[in-house]
This record gives sequence, structure tokens and C-alpha cells, in this order.
Amino acid sequence: MAKTLPKTDAVIVGVGWAGGIIAAELGKQGLKVVGLERGKERGVKDYYVVHDELRYGIRYELMQDLSKETITFRNQGKERALPMRQLGSFLLGEGLGGSGVHWNGHTFRFLPYDFEIKSQTVKKYGEAKIKGLQVQDWGITYDELEPYFYEFEKAAGIGGEEGELGPKRANPFPNPPMKETPITARFKEAAKSLGMKPYHMPSGNMSQAYENQYGAKLAPCQYCAFCERFGCEYGAKADPTVAVIPFAKETGNVDIRNFANVTEIIHDGKKATGVRYVDVQTKEEFIQPAEMVILTSYVMNNTRLLLTSKLGRPYNPDTGSGVIGKNYCYQILPGSAGFFDEEQFNTFMGAGALGATVDDYNGDNFDHSDLGFIHGGSISLNQSGYRPIQYNMVPTDTPKWGSKFKENSIKYFTRALSIGTQGASMPVQHNYMDLDPSYKDAYGLPLLRLTYDFTEQDKNLYNYVGKITDKIMQEMGPAKINDRQQLEHYDIVPYQTTHNTGGVIMGAEPETSAVNNYLQMWDAENVFVIGASAFPHNGGYNPTGTVGALAYRAAEGIIKYSKEGGLLA
Amino acid sequence: MSEHEQKQESTMSRRRFIRNSGLVAGGLVGGGILGGLIGANMNKDGTATEENAHTNGHNQVAYQQSPLYFTNPEIFGILQAAVERIYPKDENGPGANDLDVPFFIDHQLAGSWGNNTREYMQGPFFPGSNFQGYQSPLKRHEVFDVGLVALQTYSNDKFNKPFAELEGEQQDEILTAFEEDKVELRGVTSRTFFNILRAATIEGVYADPAYAGNKNMEGWKMKDFPGHQMSYINQIESEKFVKIEPNSLHSYTK
Ligand SMILES: Cc1cc2nc3c(=O)[nH]c(=O)nc-3n(C[C@H](O)[C@H](O)[C@H](O)COP(=O)(O)OP(=O)(O)OC[C@H]3O[C@@H](n4cnc5c(N)ncnc54)[C@H](O)[C@@H]3O)c2cc1C
Ligand code: SF4
Repeated sequence: MAKTLPKTDAVIVGVGWAGGIIAAELGKQGLKVVGLERGKERGVKDYYVVHDELRYGIRYELMQDLSKETITFRNQGKERALPMRQLGSFLLGEGLGGSGVHWNGHTFRFLPYDFEIKSQTVKKYGEAKIKGLQVQDWGITYDELEPYFYEFEKAAGIGGEEGELGPKRANPFPNPPMKETPITARFKEAAKSLGMKPYHMPSGNMSQAYENQYGAKLAPCQYCAFCERFGCEYGAKADPTVAVIPFAKETGNVDIRNFANVTEIIHDGKKATGVRYVDVQTKEEFIQPAEMVILTSYVMNNTRLLLTSKLGRPYNPDTGSGVIGKNYCYQILPGSAGFFDEEQFNTFMGAGALGATVDDYNGDNFDHSDLGFIHGGSISLNQSGYRPIQYNMVPTDTPKWGSKFKENSIKYFTRALSIGTQGASMPVQHNYMDLDPSYKDAYGLPLLRLTYDFTEQDKNLYNYVGKITDKIMQEMGPAKINDRQQLEHYDIVPYQTTHNTGGVIMGAEPETSAVNNYLQMWDAENVFVIGASAFPHNGGYNPTGTVGALAYRAAEGIIKYSKEGGLLA
Repeated sequence: MSEHEQKQESTMSRRRFIRNSGLVAGGLVGGGILGGLIGANMNKDGTATEENAHTNGHNQVAYQQSPLYFTNPEIFGILQAAVERIYPKDENGPGANDLDVPFFIDHQLAGSWGNNTREYMQGPFFPGSNFQGYQSPLKRHEVFDVGLVALQTYSNDKFNKPFAELEGEQQDEILTAFEEDKVELRGVTSRTFFNILRAATIEGVYADPAYAGNKNMEGWKMKDFPGHQMSYINQIESEKFVKIEPNSLHSYTK
């Protein structure tokens, strides 16, 4: 029998960036908060021997334990979905701070175009341009969201410079950009000579010592190159366990419980009354009653908890009606690898978000009249630091093993550079999430089932932007550029990005969206669902800057709701 | 083949086996039971001695050069031969065996990775499409059990000789057949086995020496990778390539 605990104002499910921000903001206002996080407590003190590529970079020690829970996957509805038995394509977070502990820190704001993608595209190119795409406006404009972006950038100490083609800023970045290196300079020169407008990538690795609005002190980044997939032993990376969670705890209003895996949202069909959770160590069950339930458990579990708890209208891929599980999107990643025979670069030095970017082929910054796709992507060279197991870049014609492989993988470890794109991903009716009919998690609940494949739009975007990345790479002067693989079917195995989006999308209409522009559920006014799950499509940047902005927007809404009640939009 | 030639052939291949399997001469004396001799010199009463044991750099005993998973030297010898083809010793530097990759793999199979403890291993199991990833009910240590024996069987069938005694090109031919999924295995595809073997070999070459491979950081030195360094803040802007002596995780506790 589950033990019922004393009621609290708000219960938060999952404590990463989104959960940490909500905890800090609600705690600051004097609301009583319980934060439930299924993984362990962790912080800078735990990254003492962190420069271990095998343990963290290859065996994924900081990420989700799939023996307890995973997702199932298939490319198409007519196939049988099978469990993602090992991490691969994306690396789900688990433990205090979530993925914010081991992310890179590329921190962009989505473009004004993103928030009004449907109306702007139709206005400029006509209705036919979005045929087959389930795109919709977000129910909020960039200008409305601008102050919230800034709140997040202050919390995360983002360092950067305004790009000419990026969104307009009301304030400069809280910190200056990171250092220029021969590698980032090389990219910029090449892009400039092609008439593009490169700028330094906005970074969550501190370019100088920094104190944020919560009094958190972050150290200057050391460019140690064990950043993406690793925790930062210096406290120099914008990480929720450094930037927001200590403050949340200091308010005295926030009680964070680790090893607390939420299994159900308890509700009466109109409002939630709390959540059920299991202590993953002792297996004891608890019921945590609350005035408000806040889901910040990432795209997958935000969607799954609503479906297993039967809250909200499940999406139907045959009719396109319903909303929970709708518009799952990912990211399209055209890029170019160049091999420099004569030069050796310090490729093993770097930082998660050290890099340079161009927006010339992002959003609607270029004319799409004659193109078979909408949107585009930000093109960057990211010097995050090569490590020897993960980085074995070799020219296309190299065998995969044996002497020649050895020779080339050694030679090019310090002589290969790559350019990548965060390509936007558009929703279609048959890419979605629902519950798997046969596979279960460790607590007996159905796994989330993902049905996803690349579309013609994706392939056209990939091929077009790929030619641009080739051009920039060519200009950088390598001896050889690799042939790009064709974009065929989505494959769950090779790492791509942990930029999953959708499932509990926002909008202005209850018919077509699950949450309003405060991320409040249309169908249950005291439930807020925060994260990239709210994105109606995925833009041409990494998502977390926009997730952070939406979290600050939601925090304001939650505080307002706690006083006034009712639907906020 | 004359009897004489045959004898020579078998001494030759026996020597190669000894070399390939990392066994030192003497270990074979006394017949069939080789267990416990892998990688360490034994004196008459069968205990390892510090003087004869392989040393690791500064005359320290390389205690990690001992199997924790494999129990049968013939099987371990197949692994040693296979990883050397994937990452051979050549003019670029040491190969997988010089770097102790077989011990790395052995230790990994004995632990969490070999037992898939952090992965979803609940049934039902179905083969899956090319895009759905690992779907075998076998754990990795079982994949190696099945795969290594299959290399031996295939080798005996095709060349009438154990895998470890074949010429390099013959070994490559077999590994390629496995890589191309041309061999039928029980519970796992030969391609999956090959891909895990290849990945584990590369890991053993470049993982921190704490894991028993990448001996003396020689793997890193080949790539000019300096291992664990606290900071590059003073070198990151350098126009020139900076060569840095590598450092391992051991320095955390030194
Ligand atoms: C290697 C890597 C690099 C990345 N780099 C970048 C980058 O450079 N830029 C960028 O913008 N983004 C990046 N990302 C993505 C970024 O990390 C995420 O967008 C961001 O951290 C999401 O924050 P979140 O709070 O929404 O979710 P998460 O950080 O995933 O937090 C969700 C938390 O909820 C917990 N949880 C889930 N289910 C339950 C449950 N049932 N009960 C209790 N707790 C639960 C989880 O354990 C987790 O701690 C990267 C991701 C990875 C993996
Ligand atoms: S690169 Fe910078 S921010 Fe990243 S882990 Fe190293 S010191 Fe920390």
C-alpha cells in the first residue's frame, strides 16, 4: 500500500534544467515545492576523476539506466516496434541536473520565424508550401518570449556575441564570447569569403568567472575537452546542479527527493491531485498530494506519464486528431569532414560550446521559393575536443579495420576537422509517440513507443544544406572532403543528437495543442508540462536555450495560477 | 606434404600460437592444461614470480595481465589473434597485443558491460530491422563465447587449422566473412559479434590504462593524444601544434 505524504503546493517530476528552474523560481516566491528525481544526487564534488573517456563518453555512466526503462522504436506504423536496448541515437538524462550535467552548452534562441512558422510560410510562399507538414504556430511570438530568453541566459552565464542574422536581443549576452582559436578562425574566414556572416557560438562554458542572479558562482572554463558527456569538475559549465538547484534548496521551500520515480499522475479528469512514486532503492510506494503538478521529465516521460495516467487526449496518427504524442520531431544533421594532410591542429583541446556559427541558411534567412523544403539550419564548427575512442575520422575509402585503418585514424586524429548543421525537423502526421502494447518498464508500465522516419522535406533540406557545408569546408582548404552518406531511414543506433522534441505541444488552440503558452494543460489547468515536449516542430538550433525560456515563462504562469487559478491563456 | 615438412609446419604454428597467445615458452611444458598460465610466467610450483612476470614500465608487476573472464587459453588465443588483425602492430606502432587489448576485453567481459547490466534485456526478442539496433537475447560475454568458438570452427572447416595458427590474410578472410554476416551463429548475428569485437579492440587501444589496455599510454602516444590534462586554457589559442606528454587517471591519486 502506498503511503500518503503531507500535501505540498507544487510537485515537480524530474529535476534537470526545466525542473531546477521551476524549483528555484517557485521557492523564491515562497511556494512549497517537492522535487522528485528518479536518479541520484550529484554535483561538482562527484567529477573528481571525470576525464575517463570509456566510463563517461562511451559507457554513458551519467545517462539513463535502460535496464529500468527505455523506449521502443520503429520507422513505420506497420512494423513491430522493438526496445532501444542500448543508448545510441540520443542519450537520455538521469540523476540530479538531468542532461544539463553532461550537455555541451550551445545555447541559442529559436528564430522569430520558428514561433510563427505556419503563418509566415503560408504568407510568403502560399499554402502549398506546407503541404503534408503538420506545422503550426506556437501561440507565442519571439518578442513575447525575449525577456524569458534573457532570464535563462543570465542563469546559465551564456557568453556570446549577437549574430547579424540571428534573433534581435534587447540586452547583450551576460558574458563575452569564448576564445578564438586557429580552428574557429579558419571556419570564420572561409564562411566570410563566401559572403556569410559567422559569429562565435553562444556558450554555456564560462568565458570568465561569473555570478548569476541566484548568487551561484561559476569558474572560468579551462577548455579541458572532457565536456560533452562529462560533468565539469570546475563548476565552469552551466549545469542546473551549479546554477539553479543550490539556490532552490537555500530558499528552504524546496525539498528534493532522489531515487523517486514517478509512475502516475493522480487526477479526477479535470485536475490533478498529486503523483504516485516509487523509491527505486527500497521499492516503497508513496503518494505525494499537491495543488499543482509540474512535469519536467523530458520529452519522453512528459508524454508517457500523461498517456499512462490517461490525462489529455491521446494523438491518433490515422486521423491526426488528439494531441498527446503529436508532432515528434528530431534533427537533420548534414555536415562535412575535411582531411588536412599538411597541417596538424590541436583538435584534442576544446570546450563543449567552443565554436563558430553561421545563420545564412537557417530559418527563412534564404529564399525557399524554388526549394523542396522549408526552414534550414545553423551551420557550425564546434571545437569540443576529440577523444581517441570516439573520434576515428578517416577518409571514405579507408577500410574499417586493419593496418590502413590504423594508419589513417592515427594520422587524421589531429588532421581532420568537421562542420555540422543543426537542421530543423518538421512534423508529419505519421511521426509520433504512443504506448507500446507489449514491452514494460521495471515497474510494470508500458514503454513509450516511438514511430519515426525521415521525410522528403528532411532529405531535401539535408542535401541542400550539405552542399553549403561542403563549400565552407572546401574554402578551409583540406586535401580531401568525405562523401556524405545519403539520408535514408532514421537509425536508432549511431549517436545523432539528444534534441528530441514534441509530444505535448504548445499552441493557441486547444484543438491542436496540449498546452497553452504558459505550458499549462488545456485539459487540466493545474498541470504544467515543461520541456522540448512543448515544441510544435524542432528549429535549426540546439533546443535548450528555448527550453529555458519556456521554463521561465511557465514559472511566471505557475505563480500566477497559484494566486488566481483558471486557464491563463 | 612429407612427414618432415608436416612436423616442421606444426612446430612453426605452435611457435606462432605461443607468440600470438602471449604465452611464454615453458608454459606449454607438461601437456594439455594451460589454464592459469596466460600472460604470466610460472615457476615450478605454479605461482607467479615477480622476476619473470611481465613488467609494466618501471619494473612493476603487471598484475592486471591476468584473465578475469576467460578460462580456456585456446579461446583466449583466438581473441588475441583476432584483435591483432583489427589493430595490427606495424610501422605506426604497437598492435593490440602489445597494448594488452585482450586483457582489456577480458576485464570488460567480466564486468557490467559484459553483462549488459545497464541495458534493456527483457523479452520478447525479435531480430528487428537494420535500424532498430541490438536485439540479441545474448549478453556480450555470451556473444564472445559464441563468436570466438565460431571463428575456430569456421577456421577448422575452411583451412583445417585453428584460427590462431592461420596466416594473417586467412584470418582477415574469416573476419571479413563475419563482418559481412556470412556466418550463421546461435542467438546473435556474426556481424554484431564482429562489430562488438572491433569496437572493444579500439576501446582497448585508447581507454585509460587503468582498464588494463593502452599499455604505457602507447595507444595515446600514436595519436598525439595527451590523455587527462587539467587545462588547455594557455594553449588553446596556439597557432602551432602542441605536443604534450600524456597523463593518465592514475595521476589523480599519485
Ligand atoms: C551529450 C549531450 C549534449 C547536449 N548538448 C546540448 C547543447 O549543446 N545545447 C543544447 O541546447 N542542448 C544540448 N543537449 C540537450 C540538453 O541537455 C537538453 O535539452 C536539456 O538538458 C533538457 O532539460 P530538461 O530539464 O527538459 O530534461 P532533462 O535534463 O532530461 O531532465 C529530466 C529529468 O527528469 C527525470 N525523470 C524522468 N522521468 C522521471 C520520472 N518518471 N520520475 C522522476 N524523475 C524522472 C530524469 O531523470 C531527468 O533528470 C545535449 C544533450 C546531451 C545528452
Ligand atoms: S571544457 Fe570547460 S566547461 Fe567543459 S568540462 Fe572542461 S572546464 Fe568545464
